[in-house]
Amino acid sequence: MRLSVTVSADVFDLGQEEARLAAEAGDAGAVVAFVGRVRGQDGPVALASLFLEHYPGVTESEIARIAREAATRWPLLACRVVHRVGHLRPGEGIVLVLMASSHRQAAFQAAEYLMDYLKTQAPFWKRECFADGSERWVEAKTSDDDACRRWS
Amino acid sequence: MINVRYFGVLKDALGLEQETLDWQGGTTGDLLSRLRARGGDWDAALAPGKVFRLVVNQSIVQGEAAIPVGAEVGILPPVTGG
Repeated sequence: MRLSVTVSADVFDLGQEEARLAAEAGDAGAVVAFVGRVRGQDGPVALASLFLEHYPGVTESEIARIAREAATRWPLLACRVVHRVGHLRPGEGIVLVLMASSHRQAAFQAAEYLMDYLKTQAPFWKRECFADGSERWVEAKTSDDDACRRWS
Repeated sequence: MINVRYFGVLKDALGLEQETLDWQGGTTGDLLSRLRARGGDWDAALAPGKVFRLVVNQSIVQGEAAIPVGAEVGILPPVTGG
């Protein structure tokens, strides 16, 4: 499996990323793409921006570990993960996952698996900055842990 | 000596991003006990359940692990990416 992981403040382009992955993946009959975006309203006060922190080096390694684990479960040809950090505005993409395989089932399932584990294992921390000037660190959700358990 | 780095909510709760500690060798459990023994905010912020994982020299460790002299140690709160 070809694997590429990028953690960066830069905006990603789904079309460019998918075209590059498809070219590298060889005879991939299926490419599944997931894009996570910043929600503008998750509670009573509108969000001005989301700040994402990571642990350089460690975060990239952990995402790669999860992707390699996915490759032991499904016949994957290529995987590309882009995760943004820094200040993001509502509507901007946070995370991009591309999974290429010969057939769709493997690509769909591996993309879901990677996202479930990324959310519960990869060292990222979100801080919400609200329109009224208040800020708070986002707390981990038990629903994300529950989503992960279905794979074990 | 070791360098200890704090992330996410821990940085705010403890009021610092990193610090250098005298260290003659020991485990991740020894380090957490020593930091919790500072009391107050430290005991509360580093309580079991508030710490997700420790990182020793760029590797996430599971359970108790040795921390060699000169190591970089990261203390990670529960993660919220994606």
